[in-house]
Amino acid sequence: MSTVDTIAAVATAPGRGGVGIVRVSGPHAPKIAVAMTGKRLAPRNAVYCGFRDLDGAALDRGIAIRFEGPESFTGEDVLELQGHGGPVVLDMLLERVLSLGARRAHPGEFTQRAFVNGKLDLAQAEAVLDLVNSATRQAARGASRSLAGEFSKQVHGIAGELLKLRVFCESAIDFPDEDIDFLSESDVGARLDAVRQRLSVLRAGARQGRLLKDGLNVVIAGAPNVGKSSLLNRLSGEDRAIVTSVPGTTRDILDADFDLDGMPVRVVDTAGLRNTADAVEAEGVNRARRAMAKADLVLWVMDDRGAPSGECPQVEADTGAASIVARNKADLSGRPTGRLAPGVVRICALSGEGVDALATEIKHAAGYRAGEGGFTARARHLDALAAADAALATASERLLANQGELVAEDLREAHDHLGAIVGRVSADDLLGEIFASFCIGK
Amino acid sequence: MRSKSETYDVIVVGGGHAGTEAALAAARIGASTLLLTQSIETLGQMSCNPAIGGIGKSHLVKEIDAMGGAMALATDAAGIQFRTLNASKGPAVRATRAQADRTLYRSAVRRMLEAQENLAIFQQSVVDIEIRNGRVEGVLTAMGLEFSAPAVVLTTGTFLGGRIHVGLTSHAGGRAGDPASNALAERLRAMPFVVDRLKTGTPPRIAGSTVDFSRMQPQWGDEPSPVMSFISDGSEHPRQVACHIAATNARTHEIIRGGLDRSPMYAGEIEGVGPRYCPSIEDKVVRFAERTSHQIFVEPEGLDTNELYPNGISTSLPFEVQFAMVRSIEGFEDARITRPGYAIEYDFFDPRGLEPSLETKAVSGLYFAGQINGTTGYEEAASQGLLAGLNAARKVAGSDPWTPKRHEAYLGVLVDDLVTLGTNEPYRIFSSRAEYRLRLRQDNADLRLTPIARDLGLVDAERWRRFEAKRDAIERAATACRNTALTPGSELATRLEARCGEAVARDTNLFDFLKRPGVTAAHLRAVDAVDADVPSVALEQVEVQAKYDGYIKRQDHEIARVKAEERVALPAELDYGRIEGLSNELKEKLSLAQPRSLAQASRIPGITPAALSLLLIHAKRLAGEREGAPLARERRTSTAPEREESPRAGEPAARRTA
Repeated sequence: MSTVDTIAAVATAPGRGGVGIVRVSGPHAPKIAVAMTGKRLAPRNAVYCGFRDLDGAALDRGIAIRFEGPESFTGEDVLELQGHGGPVVLDMLLERVLSLGARRAHPGEFTQRAFVNGKLDLAQAEAVLDLVNSATRQAARGASRSLAGEFSKQVHGIAGELLKLRVFCESAIDFPDEDIDFLSESDVGARLDAVRQRLSVLRAGARQGRLLKDGLNVVIAGAPNVGKSSLLNRLSGEDRAIVTSVPGTTRDILDADFDLDGMPVRVVDTAGLRNTADAVEAEGVNRARRAMAKADLVLWVMDDRGAPSGECPQVEADTGAASIVARNKADLSGRPTGRLAPGVVRICALSGEGVDALATEIKHAAGYRAGEGGFTARARHLDALAAADAALATASERLLANQGELVAEDLREAHDHLGAIVGRVSADDLLGEIFASFCIGK
Repeated sequence: MRSKSETYDVIVVGGGHAGTEAALAAARIGASTLLLTQSIETLGQMSCNPAIGGIGKSHLVKEIDAMGGAMALATDAAGIQFRTLNASKGPAVRATRAQADRTLYRSAVRRMLEAQENLAIFQQSVVDIEIRNGRVEGVLTAMGLEFSAPAVVLTTGTFLGGRIHVGLTSHAGGRAGDPASNALAERLRAMPFVVDRLKTGTPPRIAGSTVDFSRMQPQWGDEPSPVMSFISDGSEHPRQVACHIAATNARTHEIIRGGLDRSPMYAGEIEGVGPRYCPSIEDKVVRFAERTSHQIFVEPEGLDTNELYPNGISTSLPFEVQFAMVRSIEGFEDARITRPGYAIEYDFFDPRGLEPSLETKAVSGLYFAGQINGTTGYEEAASQGLLAGLNAARKVAGSDPWTPKRHEAYLGVLVDDLVTLGTNEPYRIFSSRAEYRLRLRQDNADLRLTPIARDLGLVDAERWRRFEAKRDAIERAATACRNTALTPGSELATRLEARCGEAVARDTNLFDFLKRPGVTAAHLRAVDAVDADVPSVALEQVEVQAKYDGYIKRQDHEIARVKAEERVALPAELDYGRIEGLSNELKEKLSLAQPRSLAQASRIPGITPAALSLLLIHAKRLAGEREGAPLARERRTSTAPEREESPRAGEPAARRTA
């Protein structure tokens, strides 16, 4: 299948590494190579050069390599930019590449292209399917996290307003013989302005707010009084949580942000999971379960003095998130701290022993899941909002020029972009809305 | 009792709008064709309101015409009032609507059928389709006559299992006055097709001599009269007459509310689903209770009859309620009803059981077209008929099927919607269904389709000659516009600025200047910006192209993407139920639709990019397994990729060191 889209993504795990790679694949890769490096790169030659921004100034310096399809990983024209690994620089490089005609890759998309272009053999198909399946689940998680709360409400609200606008414009086109003046019954111009206003407020907020900086979402969970709050304090390096020896002290959700080798991490402490008659604590337990459902990673804390393999949590099966088991209170059990098995670490949250090993496990888990957290999903959502905004700006111009069918076209485009976030509205849904709103037909 | 069978290439069952276009198309491309109809007198009958065209619909008519079909020519020969709809809006959404004389229309269609080479017409009702080993072999008629053909097109409209309702009484029937095809319906219900019920309705007809037109608002056609066919000039039109506009009132609505308990819809007698866009008057009164009046288009049935079709009061209320309702309308106080209104329920087959060629997936060589596929409207039926007839004849000739894509024709949108999404109400085309409507205009239907139709053998030499002349003129006009520079302050710029009020601020050319909303072909003509030998119609076409240029170019990328997905075939043996990662809802939708390509799958509501990835990979894997060879041209040395970020073996170390 010859693809027409050029895709791009950061190809190294997030965090502060030595080298970070932005990979680009598709028909625009050669053009982007020229724009980024200012050179015509010979295929398969590593060239040290500056990566340039729009004005020609260097964003970063590093190694650029161009591959010509089909002699490349994906079988397409590929460009790799190997720069300094910091998340901010990589992000700027990626944004620049996207502005040159690429779009953000979906999770698993490079491998998928490699497979489709015959670069992987049949035996690997299963592995590719697994990858896409798991990437899909991650993407769904990422998207649902990005779409939680106010952001989602706003996007849905704007999409709803756009649907109303389209109902007027499309009715005017498809039903000119009705005795209804669709455009004067609605003030299309004022409504359009109001939608644009809402959209730009949302974009501004989403760009600068902490919404985008949510990074890896780690939820600490476990039975009461196993030391979850102590671990929160230890990981974040501040005394956020009240720690007592009374089981059930934490009755609500507490969170703290910290930086794990350049990777933003939000740790959430939750109420201990148990059946309780206390209404407030019960609500806390409910919230804990909801927090786990949104987590990228669940840190399951248990008392090391418990049964060696007892009460092994089925976190992954229950919530779909990756999990790490932290056996706490090594000081009381008297056993040595450190990594016991993949995903199992013994620690002492009070003294901090073993917490470094735990951090390494967290990074490993995060790297494995790097394809698609809420971060990338949110970035794609913001791309869609920007594209919708641009289409609405054109719609306003067309409206002034009284070109109704072009206004309708721009509105549809904007609506489709929002549909990429909240689900597309089909032509038939739109017609249904028209017939529900107006008495139309003979 | 069976007689010796007669053999044809293609048999078309049904002589409505789908059947006649199907028979004509099959015969036009050289297939020996038999048209079987219950009644030769009703060939080309307009059984609902006597009008052709409208938004989206005239687009279909002009597409049929661009492919050599009959509908536009018959309309031009029978139309008694022509209007351009959306005249004040842009060219992409302008449409033509014609009021037609039923008798003139029928005779125009019959004339074309009788003049068509390779086409035989026979009056017999079909009672069975002969199928052996999953292939169609012919049909059997009521008299026991057998006709053989390797391809059969079924266009039986609402006749299958038809049931007519007036008030709480009902009886079997096709259209009012015609018998239902129940024997055939029984047979088809036994075949592996998914059958469902739809309903539609008609208003009571009125004797024009009993109506006071002076109390209604007349509506005349446009001057000069628009035409449907690309090869008509208006001289074909018969005498033109006016339509009239009347309205219901509060008293009408009161009468309707009083009769609701005897409405088959509201009493639960009707199981079929009626169209949202064509509600009965009782539906309108109930659903939009706040409105005190609804518009009625009073349409003449023809020049030689004074019977009227009051469009807007379709009803299945009992006759006495219809009578009181009609007489409550201003101008209708003394009106006499000539035929009662009724609702009709009928069978249709889930069109997701069809290939895009309109061949059934279950029976090779059997094609369905028209209302049997759940559509409504003459135009929708006729265009499907043309496509089914064409593809039936191509199949017999051993050629691949052809179906226009969504960006090529409204017909492409119609067929893709049907075979991909199915329908749960009588499907009608609307311009809002066509995402590429800026390029699917009625003015360029010939530019889009005539060259393809010429290759398919559907277009005769005379139409082709006229088409080429038009196309060449447009190309000359476009070249002239692109090559004529427009410099600020030049003599031409000054003249143009004075004429259209748009400033020439920087160097440009006439084509780009035409993109501005305030500049028209007429302005260019008025200041002699182009040579006098460039025809105005060609210049107007260039203006349209310029106005939409940016939007159409923007769609090119999307179209290229769809084309690439179109080339990825999804094999019929793909078991969607077993694809891990698909939601149950999607599994069900995909299993029902059995999409033939990735592009078709992408149009199923609720599908996600991730789901498409899964389909793509499964399709590739199946293809690979069938070939029995590894897919890879070049085996990778590394093992299965564990994740997206894994760098290739032998590449500069770029793994993060953390």
